Amino acid sequence: MVKGIEKYGIPVVHICTVVPISRTIGANRIVPAVGIPYPLGDPTQGEDESRKIREKLVTRALKALETPVDEQTVFEKDEW
Amino acid sequence: MAAYKIVHYINQFFGGIGGEEMADYKPEVREEVIGPGLALKAGLGGDFEIAATVICGDNYFGENLDKATDTIIEMVKKYQPDVFVAGPAFNAGRYGVACGTICKAVEERLGIPVLSGMYEENPGADMFKQDVILVKTGNSAATMRKAVPKLVGLIKKMAAGEEILGPSIEGYLERGIRVNYFAEERGSERGIRMLVKKIKGEEFETDLPMPKFDRVSPAKAVEDMKAARIAVVTSGGIVPLGNPDHIESSNATKFGEYTVEGMDTMSKDDYMTIHGGYDRQFVLENPNLVIPLDVLREKEKNGEIGSLLPYFASTTGTGTATNSAARFGDEIGKKFIEEGVDAVILTST
Amino acid sequence: MRLELGKFVIKDIQFAEESHIENQVLYVNKAEVEAMVLEDDKLKECHLDIARPGEATRITPVKDVIEPRVKVSGGEIFPGVIGKVSPQVGSGRTHALDGCCVVTVGRIVGFQEGVIDMSGPAADYCPFSKTVNLCVVIEPQEGLETHVYERAGRLAGLKTAAYLGELARKLEPDTLEVFETKSVFEQAAQYPDLPKVGYIHMLQSQGLLHDTYYYGVDAKQIVPTFMYPTEIMDGAIVSGNCVAPCDKVTSYHHLHNPVIEDCYRHHGKDINFMGVILTNENVFLADKERHSDMVAKFCQWLELDGVLITEEGYGNPDTDLMMNCRKVERAGTKVCLITDEFPGKDGKSASLADTCEEATALASCGQGNATLKFPAMDKVIGMMDYIESQIGGWAGCVNEDGSFEAELQIIIASTIANGFNKLAARGY
Repeated sequence: MVKGIEKYGIPVVHICTVVPISRTIGANRIVPAVGIPYPLGDPTQGEDESRKIREKLVTRALKALETPVDEQTVFEKDEW
Repeated sequence: MAAYKIVHYINQFFGGIGGEEMADYKPEVREEVIGPGLALKAGLGGDFEIAATVICGDNYFGENLDKATDTIIEMVKKYQPDVFVAGPAFNAGRYGVACGTICKAVEERLGIPVLSGMYEENPGADMFKQDVILVKTGNSAATMRKAVPKLVGLIKKMAAGEEILGPSIEGYLERGIRVNYFAEERGSERGIRMLVKKIKGEEFETDLPMPKFDRVSPAKAVEDMKAARIAVVTSGGIVPLGNPDHIESSNATKFGEYTVEGMDTMSKDDYMTIHGGYDRQFVLENPNLVIPLDVLREKEKNGEIGSLLPYFASTTGTGTATNSAARFGDEIGKKFIEEGVDAVILTST
Repeated sequence: MRLELGKFVIKDIQFAEESHIENQVLYVNKAEVEAMVLEDDKLKECHLDIARPGEATRITPVKDVIEPRVKVSGGEIFPGVIGKVSPQVGSGRTHALDGCCVVTVGRIVGFQEGVIDMSGPAADYCPFSKTVNLCVVIEPQEGLETHVYERAGRLAGLKTAAYLGELARKLEPDTLEVFETKSVFEQAAQYPDLPKVGYIHMLQSQGLLHDTYYYGVDAKQIVPTFMYPTEIMDGAIVSGNCVAPCDKVTSYHHLHNPVIEDCYRHHGKDINFMGVILTNENVFLADKERHSDMVAKFCQWLELDGVLITEEGYGNPDTDLMMNCRKVERAGTKVCLITDEFPGKDGKSASLADTCEEATALASCGQGNATLKFPAMDKVIGMMDYIESQIGGWAGCVNEDGSFEAELQIIIASTIANGFNKLAARGY
């Protein structure tokens, strides 16, 4: 789906746990998620912590959308 | 009266009209057997008649895809043939693409069995081999003699409604369609035998050559996030309670569009997940884990992003056929262009 | 370890006053078994039913299939789950009732429970259309939480299989086979000229209805380890999952792991079967990376010339499969993968979610997206209510007369990715 949308020129950031699949299929901007049953957060750490994690990942994802890339890039850290 | 009728499509060169200088020849139908059609007719024998031959210039077809297709469809319709055959195109790229395009259209719109033939490196081959049976030919018309019997064999089967067997038997290009069959031995036995050969360095044949995935150039980065319209898409299977659109839990055939208008967070009273491939307990309790609406709404309020699209697109990402996913992406992309979406966050489980 | 496996041919199951085995028929005291299952107060109701090959009977939603077994010596069956966790299994003597199964059936826990048809076109795709099945149909207490219901169903099936297996403890089996794997240096020395081959067995471990148990330990919590093949043949691993029905490795399939059975057949002839490396398929990328590193380490440490790898499930486990393949090949061991495919209903999409260059040898178990027309059946054990939301089904796929159309995915173990079936796919 990522490529289907991106070919219209709209940048897409893929937040996903199984980064290798995203790479194989060909997403260009990838942000690793926490886990398969809870990609954007970690309920096992309590609601507050979970929301903080979500905030961090979404911020990173938005930054990835603002970052020019030439090739597939995985955004693992918050260094801008 | 022959039992079966064929309509044959060829380009300006094989139609005897002319070479490159006549490539803009408009579609014309003649109730004659022309060029390669003669060899086909000879091979097919008395039960078959080539009721008509359509000739079209490769450039005309390529520059007027829709018009040319529509015109030719009307021509073919008149004859109600049992089989439609195009080419063979050998390694001629524009001709190959024309053959593939017109065959696909005839099958989809008129429901008639179709086939063509070309060299495996013809650009039309990769484009159409999944949708149309393409007989494997050499790369020049000098190999016509070898191609004809294969075309003839397939035409006869298609006309009689007989089963088309595998590519190596019938002589067509591998289509990349996976078909089930019952082997002599079970999978584990086949695997051990393959492994023993591989260890010894002997030749073996794998059941599944690894697929290659295409690439899309990265889209331009967002320049002004504070003014940007952001949309969310997910493969996590988030749907309204009760799954009103009946999206499947695996191998989804559709996606849904669901509103977040007026919502500051994803509530379990409004949304659930029907994705059959992960433990749903966490997301059922808090759908923000897949559609991070709570965080995005906050960012919208404090101006970090311009606006959030008032709906998200959702489907199930387990067992989803890659062709389906590509189709969903395409439809969603088109809509997003219309809605002025600047960037997309796509979440997967 | 050395295991003696005694098999009792069972041709039919019948209800009777007293449970016993006679003349290749398994007689079952219905009330006694139902009462035993209902000792678990999480279950409200239980009734047994019998399904025979060739009958116009459909069983759905199926949770697990188990072969009745008893450990005559060398531990207890299903250790750590219903049997004592120690001593380990895989040696001594085990009796098995061959040709019959316990099938647990009941209201759906998730989407993943499947269908078994005892006759008709779907029967060709399922091994359990050829066994005579004692169906344990259960009903949970009102409002029972899903994880609790799953566990209750799992235990009901295993307890029933152990109860039935117990009937064969003191009897003389029809056949007796011996399986042996020696300790590592002895085993290597036994066939010094044959290639050393191992089996990497990947267990499903992704959460509710996606869990497997190793000596009672939830497979999510294990790191790769070594096992004697006979341990798996003897019930050390039990299924707690349905995953997609077509891929479900039932407890029966663990006992009858086809790679292990076929490797033993080749053992001493063209391979030296060294043993099993057990690993899982977790939902975190770090686990996938860590465990594939460890699996490759075992291959290198055991100096294996080749391995077979099987997976359970599709989608993200394809990444584990490919990571294992890539790292093991790079460590110097040749790999052959055994798995099934999901190329969409028209067969035209990519078959796997992930790939690697090193995956040059793959034995296919068929593609699970192909559709089939399932005819109406005279008898349904369980309920047809859920077909449209079960994996492989879709809205409107069921007709009024009880017939339906669905993908092969909906049939239990139809494309199981461990090579048990003859089904395969090829490119057209």
